[in-house]
Amino acid sequence: MSNGSAFLATTEYRTVGEVAGPLLFVSKVKGAAYNEMVEIRSADGSVKYGQVIELAGELAVVQVFGPTAGLDVERTNVRFRGEVAKMPCSVNLLGRILNGMGQPIDGGPEVFPEEEREITGSPINPWSREEPRDFIQTGISAIDGLNTLVRGQKLPIFSGAGLPGNELAAAIVRNAKILGGEEFAIIFAAMGITRREASFFQDSFAKSGALERVVFFLNLADDPTVERLLTPRCALTVAEFLAFEHDMQVLVILTDMTNYCEALREISTAREEVPGRRGYPGYMYTDLASIYERAGRIKGKPGSVTQVPILAMPDDDITHPIPDLTGYITEGQIVLSRQLHRRGIFPPIDVLPCLSRLMNLGIGEGRTRGDHRGVADQLYAYYAEGVDLRRLVAIVGEEALTDQDRMALKFADAFEQNYLDQKDENRELEQTLELGWKLISMMPKESIKRIKTEYIDKYYNPEAAEEFTASEG
Amino acid sequence: MIVGSIAKVSGPVVSAEGMSGAKMYDITRVGELGLIGEVVRLDGDVAIVQVYEDTSGLRVGEKVECTEEPLLLELGPGLLSSIYDGIQRRLTDIAENYGDFVVRGVSTVALPRDRKWAFQPMVEVGDEVQEGDIVGEVQETTHITHRIMVPPGMSGRVAEVKEGEFTVDETVVVLEGGAEIKLHQTWPARVPRPVRRKENPTVPFITGTRILDTFFPIAQGGYSIIPGGFGTGKTVTETTLAKWADADIVIYIGCGERGNEITEVLAEFPSLIDPKTGVPLMQRTILVANTSNMPVAAREASIYTGITLAEYYRDMGYNVALMADSTSRWGEALREVSGRLEEMPGEEGYPAYLATRLADFYERCGRAVCLGSDERMGSITAIGAVSPPGGDFSEPMTQNSLRITGAFWALDTSLAYRRHFPAISWIKSYTLYLDQIQDWYTKNVAEDWRAMRDKAMSLLQKEVELQEIVQLVGPDALPDFAKAVLETTRMLREDFLQQFAFSDTDAFCSLRKAYLMLKVILTYYDCLEEVLVQGVPLRQATEHPIKNEIARMKEIPSEDAEEKISDLLDRVQRELRALGEW
Repeated sequence: MSNGSAFLATTEYRTVGEVAGPLLFVSKVKGAAYNEMVEIRSADGSVKYGQVIELAGELAVVQVFGPTAGLDVERTNVRFRGEVAKMPCSVNLLGRILNGMGQPIDGGPEVFPEEEREITGSPINPWSREEPRDFIQTGISAIDGLNTLVRGQKLPIFSGAGLPGNELAAAIVRNAKILGGEEFAIIFAAMGITRREASFFQDSFAKSGALERVVFFLNLADDPTVERLLTPRCALTVAEFLAFEHDMQVLVILTDMTNYCEALREISTAREEVPGRRGYPGYMYTDLASIYERAGRIKGKPGSVTQVPILAMPDDDITHPIPDLTGYITEGQIVLSRQLHRRGIFPPIDVLPCLSRLMNLGIGEGRTRGDHRGVADQLYAYYAEGVDLRRLVAIVGEEALTDQDRMALKFADAFEQNYLDQKDENRELEQTLELGWKLISMMPKESIKRIKTEYIDKYYNPEAAEEFTASEG
Repeated sequence: MIVGSIAKVSGPVVSAEGMSGAKMYDITRVGELGLIGEVVRLDGDVAIVQVYEDTSGLRVGEKVECTEEPLLLELGPGLLSSIYDGIQRRLTDIAENYGDFVVRGVSTVALPRDRKWAFQPMVEVGDEVQEGDIVGEVQETTHITHRIMVPPGMSGRVAEVKEGEFTVDETVVVLEGGAEIKLHQTWPARVPRPVRRKENPTVPFITGTRILDTFFPIAQGGYSIIPGGFGTGKTVTETTLAKWADADIVIYIGCGERGNEITEVLAEFPSLIDPKTGVPLMQRTILVANTSNMPVAAREASIYTGITLAEYYRDMGYNVALMADSTSRWGEALREVSGRLEEMPGEEGYPAYLATRLADFYERCGRAVCLGSDERMGSITAIGAVSPPGGDFSEPMTQNSLRITGAFWALDTSLAYRRHFPAISWIKSYTLYLDQIQDWYTKNVAEDWRAMRDKAMSLLQKEVELQEIVQLVGPDALPDFAKAVLETTRMLREDFLQQFAFSDTDAFCSLRKAYLMLKVILTYYDCLEEVLVQGVPLRQATEHPIKNEIARMKEIPSEDAEEKISDLLDRVQRELRALGEW
């Protein structure tokens, strides 16, 4: 956008008829294209960007990125750039910091694009997609063991205000490796996050030596809201370019999708569209899908785009439209729990509502280990039982429980303290599985129903579980 | 051809001037790129066009061409094992000719034009034929014979018949008066294909999923919805049904869902073997894939494309299963386009005609006597996934669907959280087909099938009541008889209802095996009651190790079930009763 592309079909107008909120109504326009980018020069000479969002005869409705303060009807100059929003892509973007529209802001050298691509992208032909199959080790037991991430997946983190969603994402970036050991290129797109959060990520990447593998897109909280609508698209355009032209494994972190959706609602309201649930536009599902679906792999190409979007659930409500629609599009979700967080468990992953839809493709004999699925299911079953019983204990007291119930309660505690809580430890998958078996071995052998007998015979070992059973005197 | 020009662009909705003569639902080519669209409103010489592709870059004044024909589908040999987008473009061709991404303005033929099919005529010169009559056959895949039919609205005396190898464009039968019957016919997607009459469904649609076949069966020609919040397993249930369902042809519509899921189906189906025929499942499957990031207007059309394909195979006399995942995305597409047309919104922004459209769609299914003089029967069984926002079933899509469909398979988030799959709630679900298909079960499965089913259901219902008491007073306060109920229902839930879709032996469960399993568990319960009466403590009875064998019944392959589970049944009776004789 900034790199001096030639604007051949450029035309300039001073025919602004109306300014309403972030919208500019330009009349007597000829030949403008839908979704075309525009440059707006206000009376004081400052330049803003915008995009055509509706055309009706000679009237063009332009959505301005940034505040419309200072724009007037008489002297505002609107220049139509003759092309839709494009992102200059280059492998040299790695290690750079860009603003929300993809322009470098780190004072570094100019980037010469290898290719300019429309940021809206085209959908990957479902026929050309390659099935995601390769296990990504994140070093986090609750993910590797129970909700495995695979290459080409989109797995969001449902966080909440004050919950360590960003810390978890940073840990994933730090640890992530494929079994082959290949490293990821990281595209980091920040939408409306604070400067403090942004520098947390920068520091974290610097510490792990990942900085030169990261492209930063920063749209901070005080940057124009509308620009946020472009940020993930610019980021994913670069991600696709690196993955499918340069054969890289790309991990995309999008934070915070809640801010993105707020921006979407703001624009929709300004356009006086019929609102859907909680005022979000009816097309929010389609719009989010056009972002999330840009993860994946393509047949015959070694590269991949894996997405970890982060979003803050408003009021921890998983049925709020933003997490709800996200969950319907993404291949699972990692949900954080305030209760676990208060008890000092990191990462505070509430495993019960978590899910990885592609887990079965990435695990099992020949990929991870044959017992992986069974162990995960069995841990889930016991833990769910234990959590249910806690509710019961609160009402009727522990005395009313049966022996098996008491064991399930003890299991739930041990599971949280040993399996979930791992602080900064980076666990190998083997360790995670071993820990799982230790926990399962706390329970009577005949209550194991989710694991094949051959594995029970091989790994079940009540002696190993003694440290857990004993610790709860 | 009518040629007008663009006057207005707003998202996928484009207004074109100078379009007088265009009809509603005519297909148009919009702009220099030739984007495909459909006329959805007419106002004087202005036509409002819903464009099936992304409209970025369109300019006012660009040309709009109206083809003066509605969205026509090509129906003929070559459909099976194909993958189409929502408007019947072959995704394989798009990948071959335009690369890995679906770019705009591309068009492909729906049926391969170079392939020759061996046509075997079944009529002779001089025969009288009427609409729907079969004039010949083509072997489409190893097990599916494609019947070439006289298109609806055509009849007469056969003047010429050909035999040999033909492409879909070639004429194989000519009627007196010159009407030609080709290997393929076309049909407008939004118009239901005619049948002679609809019949009541009486045969069950066997799915191989225990909870469905035993507790909530539907009939061939019935329709059911699966609503559930995200992560409850709608898609897994749909694909499991597509894999194992007792149907000749499966049409799978991926409507606004994930690209990777379609990939999974594409990767899996060609390698999965149909247990009935021994050939890959893909040979009986047609995929209509319009993923969530593909254009929204084409998503709206994909449902109609799918049902028209289903109707065409039904007309040949086949039993067709139609999986629509998810109908909510279709409803949302309707809402989005309606919003762009500035129509007055109904409930939650959905257009007021949502219920009508849904009813129109589901009513195209059913069991019917097809057109043609041989009175052959065909059926379409539809299973629509519904994705209610926030998992709340009171929203318009779920409620409107419920009013039409005959079975409701409610997915329950709390079951999914504890990894109870399929997460179908036995409390909320229901089916209206029980009485219609009961006779079939009595005849083909077991005399006491209905009694077993009702008894298990009432036990599960009782569990809910007992659980409420447990919540208040704790499990110890319950009498042994109540505890026996809880013990049995726990067994029902874990050892019968839970079924692992990815297991080799358990993914498909035959009706007989399901019946025997149920019988074992209910017999176990009867025996518990008996020995309790005789004064045996419950704990002693429930600690009997035969419980563990019951838990592993699932792993017995369906073909050994008769012998092994019957044997287990005997032993349950013998060994538990032995406790009482002490």
